[in-house]
This record gives sequence, C-alpha cells and structure tokens, in this order.
Amino acid sequence: MKYLDEFRRQDLAQHLSAVIKKTVEPQRHYHLMEFCGGHTHAIFRYGIQQLIPDNVTFIHGPGCPVCVLPVGRIDNALQLVTEHKVILCTYGDLMRVPASGLNSLLKVKAYGADVRMIYSPMDALKIARKNADKEVVFFAIGFETTTPPTALVIKQASAEALDNFSVFCNHVLTPPAMNSIVGDINNSDKDKKTVVIDGFLGPSHVSSVIGTQPYEVFAQQFHKAVVIAGFEPLDVMQSALMLIRQINQGRHEVENEYTRAVSREGNQKAQALVAEVLELRPEFEWRGLGMVPDSALKIKPGYAEFDAEKRFNMPAIQASDIKGCECPQILRGVKKPLDCQLFGTVCTPENPMGACMVSAEGACAAYWTYGRFTHQAFAEKPTGIQENMA
Amino acid sequence: MTVKVKRFPVRLRIKDNVIDMTHGSGGRAMAQLIEELFVKYLDNEFLRQANDQAAFNVPGGRMVMSTDGHVIAPLFFPGGDIGSLSVHGTINDVAMSGASPLYLSAGFILEEGFPLADLERIVISMAAAASQAGVPVITGDTKVVEKGKGDGIFITTTGVGMVPEKVYISGDQAQAGDAILVSGSIGDHGVAIMSCRENLQFETRIQSDSAALHTLVADMVAQVPDIHCLRDPTRGGLATTLNELAQQSAVAMTLYESQIPVNAAVTQACELLGLDPLYVANEGKLVCICKPQHSQTLLAIMQAHPLGRQAAIIGEVSDDPAGFVQMQTCFGGTRMVDWLSGEQLPRIC
Repeated sequence: MKYLDEFRRQDLAQHLSAVIKKTVEPQRHYHLMEFCGGHTHAIFRYGIQQLIPDNVTFIHGPGCPVCVLPVGRIDNALQLVTEHKVILCTYGDLMRVPASGLNSLLKVKAYGADVRMIYSPMDALKIARKNADKEVVFFAIGFETTTPPTALVIKQASAEALDNFSVFCNHVLTPPAMNSIVGDINNSDKDKKTVVIDGFLGPSHVSSVIGTQPYEVFAQQFHKAVVIAGFEPLDVMQSALMLIRQINQGRHEVENEYTRAVSREGNQKAQALVAEVLELRPEFEWRGLGMVPDSALKIKPGYAEFDAEKRFNMPAIQASDIKGCECPQILRGVKKPLDCQLFGTVCTPENPMGACMVSAEGACAAYWTYGRFTHQAFAEKPTGIQENMA
Repeated sequence: MTVKVKRFPVRLRIKDNVIDMTHGSGGRAMAQLIEELFVKYLDNEFLRQANDQAAFNVPGGRMVMSTDGHVIAPLFFPGGDIGSLSVHGTINDVAMSGASPLYLSAGFILEEGFPLADLERIVISMAAAASQAGVPVITGDTKVVEKGKGDGIFITTTGVGMVPEKVYISGDQAQAGDAILVSGSIGDHGVAIMSCRENLQFETRIQSDSAALHTLVADMVAQVPDIHCLRDPTRGGLATTLNELAQQSAVAMTLYESQIPVNAAVTQACELLGLDPLYVANEGKLVCICKPQHSQTLLAIMQAHPLGRQAAIIGEVSDDPAGFVQMQTCFGGTRMVDWLSGEQLPRIC
C-alpha cells in the first residue's frame, strides 16, 4: 500500500542494517533516545533492535502523552465525572490510566459515570450540542500534534456560544521536556539521576506542527545530535544511521529525516491558531520529570469560559505514584521496564499500576507485549546506561 | 396443537409500532408476535407445532452443542445484521468441532420501544441465513425488558450438531511441527462494524465477512478427518485465537506476517485508527491446525470453496510449553503476538 509498504520493506531494512553495522565504531557505545512513544512502538513491533548492532542502545523517552500525565490530573478528571456529573469526552488510551487508589475512568464508567471515548475533539462538540442540559468537558491531552484541534474546538464553541462545553487542558510541549531530560537544569533535585544520551530521534508528528527550528537551540546548548524521525520502521532505522554519523563526526545539529511531512518552519497556520487560544503555563507537572517550567499550555483569559479548570474551580491535586512503580525513572530513561519490581508481576496491561503499562506507546507495554517471548530479553539488564548526578 | 388461522382479527402493525411490555407478558400480544413474526419467517414443522420445546431424532455418535449470545452495535452493518450474525455465529461454533450443525434455538431479549419494523428485518435476515445454511431454528423464546434495561435487542442462539466418525478436533490437539492455516483475509468484520459506529463514520468498501462455515468444514473433514484444531477467530481476532490454542495445547507458534491475508482497505482503516488487524474480529473465517503433510491438501480444499478463496498457510507450531506466539515481521525482525489486553483502544498521536 502506498505510503505504508514502502516504509516497511524488508530488503531496504536489510540494506540499512548492513550500512549501520559498517558505520558504527566498534569501541563506541551509542545511546539514542527515541523521544516518542510512536518510535518505541515501531522499534518493538518491527523488531528493529535485532537489526542494529549491540553497541547501539535505544533509550525510550517520555514522548507518550498518556504516560507523562501526573496522577493528580487524572484524579481531577475523575472529580469532574463523579462530583460535577459532567459528560467527560476523552481519547481511548486515557480510559485505563490508574488514578489514586487504582481508580480509573474505565472503572467509574462501569459504576455509571458518563465517560465517552472520542476520536476527535469535534465529537465532543457534537455531544455538547446534543446534550444542552448537561455539562460536557473535553479531557484534552497530547503534545503539539493534538493541540491545534483543541484550539480549533474552543474557537468553534466560542463562535457558537455553546454554554455547556469546556476543555480540561493538559497539552504539553516537547522541547522543554527534552531540555529537562538532558540538562535537568531546571530541576533543583540534586539526587535526580540522569542518563547519558548521545542523540535524539526527535518527534515526527509534533514537528509537522512546530517544525524543526525549535530544536536548534537545544542541539547547540546541550551538544546533542537531533534527527527528526518518522514513525515507520525504515524512518527509525534511517534516523538512527543519521544520528550515528553525526556522533561519529562530532556534529550536533538538527537534521530532518521526516522531510515528507516536516519543514523547518512547521505548520504556521496551526501555530497561529494555537497562539490565539492557548498560552504558556508558568510550570506543569510531568510524571517522571516533576515540575517543568514553560512546558505546558493553558486556555487564554479571552476564552476563560471554556476552561474547565476555572469553570469547575478545579483544585491542584498532588498525588503520588503507586509504591514501587518505576514509571518516573523509566520515563527519564534511567531505568528499563525490567528493572521495575512490579513489571510483569502485579503490573500487566490487564492490570496496569503505572502509565507506562497502559498506553501501547508506553515502554513497559511495548516490552511486555512484543518483547516477552525471548527469555534473553527478559534477562536483559540496562547495559550501556551510565548514571551520573545532575 | 396447530396454529389456528386468523386467530387475531387485527394484524400486527409492524410498520409503525414498537415492542411494548405486553409482547413479553405471555398473553395474546405475545402469541400474536410469535405467530405473525417469528413463526411466519422462521417457519418449519417444529415451530408450527407451537410447543415450548422441539423433539427430533438424532443419529448415533458424538453430538456437540454450543451457545452464543449476540449483542452488537450497530444492529445493521455492511454485510449483515444481528439476525444473520446470530445464526452464523452459533453454526460456526458447532462446526469448529468438525460437526454438521443440525438445529438451532433462538432466545430474544427485546427492549420496550424497539421498532417492530427493525425486529421484522432482523427475523427475515435470520430466516434467510438459517435457510441458506440448511440449519433451521426449531424452538425459541421471547422476553421483553423495560426501556433502558436493554440495548434494543439481544439474541442468544444455541446449536446442536453431529460429529462425523474418526473426527476429534479440539483446541488442545496442536502439536509441534503442525501447520497453521487461515481461511481468508482477517479483520473485515471488525472494520465494517467500526466504520458505521456513530462516533466514527468513515467510508470504506469493507463488508463484514459474516458467514456460516460448516460447508467449508465439511469439505475439509471429508478429505482430512485428522485435523487437529479448528477455531473461528471472532472477538480478539486471529492473535487472541492463536494464543488460546497455544495455551490449550501447551505449544508455541511462529507466524509469518507476510503470509497473513489482510485486505488493503482493512490495513488502511487500521493504520488510521491505530489498530492492529491481528486483533480485529472476524465472523466468517477459521483457523486450522493440522499435520504438515496435510497442509497443502487442506489449503487446496479451502481455496476451492467460496469461503476459503484467500486461504493461506500462515505459520507453524513449535515445541515450547511457555506457549508464546511469535511472528516474523514483514520487516525482518521477530516479535511476540500477545493476547489482546482489555479493549483495543486507538492511540493518541
């Protein structure tokens, strides 16, 4: 099939595999973080790790919007349906994310809460129009990819003067998260371990909106190679090769592998739309990264009536992760799923304890679902990851 | 007792009437519904006797029985509806033992307010499916629940059938070295259903593959009685069915992704929705596990049958009590094919 099959061709994969083997310097160890859950998914689903040399390690980054949402925000969402009795519209993955006390949207739905799974924010708007006597809240999450549709739906609701619709905005931004991972410059927690990363496979869909430009400062400031990488398996392999070449040559630039969708400037119409409706939050909590300044968006005062946080006077909830859950460390690449005592014992996709096991894009779910068959993979330890102090 | 003609002077108003509580009360309204709708279309000698049960003779040998509750939204979908599905589903469950299905029963749970016109359409479809399959519905039951306590209509069907001699097909019979075959393209039913769900309308030419597979099975067991496993990969899709069989038989499996037939439109829809066709439901496909020396014969038989034209050998069984199902990907890597966990949910970005 056009645009799919040609990015999954086995002959090209074999060729790339051979070129990567020739290009890597045998004494060197390459630590490549794939930022996005989409990349993690592709690496496991297509068995890419088996096609690259052992001294190239993929470190699974925090780019899964479900995984990085802190427990407190899920608790907030549960309050909306259980206390304020709203119709809560959300993307599918969020339904199973554990909140405090192992509650989840899926569970409260079973007890009668009105939680609806939608594919597009426009569906939430439709539900609001149909249920004029009820409050309808769209639980908006995601990186820059899913932000423009949220902005659009708020503008549309405003144009229609819909008075029963609001948005619980949890949109987060990619570049500040990357800064936080490598620099931890914004974090005063001196005990927080970081991981050595030589290069980043940068977000693909996110970059189609924001372009490659926003990563340029990052690459220069932290001396890291960045390649904006598509989500198809050949994209991932090609990008890994480009990173390896940069690292060999001591370059730290932003290169674009995903040229079929991403430009330097990105989608300026979408950026303008977002800027019109949403603005930076001073700080936002990320699961695994803690409070990260300027890393999320909120609804502008001009659209305050559509801001669920204001409308329902939602409190900031500080909730802790489940005891023993290593999601925070896994999301920073410091630990691997197999280092977590809960992995595969009490934490499975059927009974997730942490967010990394919920979403198919989460590192734990990918390990469990695709990697469990090799006992070797199970026994694998976090080789190549050196810990240092921030 | 035979049903009297013109027992009800005013005929059931099917066009614009709905189910109400009297249709389940056991009284005259229920009798009229049965006579003018169920018996009218599903008509056969057993139903006409109007007993609470059907008595029939059976030949000697092993008999199988299977029951299946059908709940589906939407009730009408491209390629079928809950009526035809309720006939095909149970016939297939019976047939997966290698048996020839003989008779069906049907239990209807109707929600107050359900349009009689929709009920008629569903019963006509059931009758057509049963008649085409040659497996009549010979006894049934109707209940009505209050508005809000059902989802329009639920249909439970039960089927009985006879297993031919020397056929012992069971999910625990897979052995190392066996070949794994599938009778055609996977994921069509699930994608057809999703394409017409209220919140997710997209245009596709894909139709549900809902079909009765017993004639295909009959052709297969007639020439190769020694088939080890048969199963229809319905909910949970091919991946879940193979995991069930691997676990029951305590064996491992290796699949070849490039050999698994998937229609292009299904691949496209799954890509768009972030789903994996391996986990999408089928209602007219079967998985067959057999000795390697029988695989080519069975493949030829399947491909010669109208419901098996796209049949393919998709993998093999190996020796591993851990029961892992693995797949050699199109890309050249290997990965595990796990059970479906929870519901398959669309990804966010």
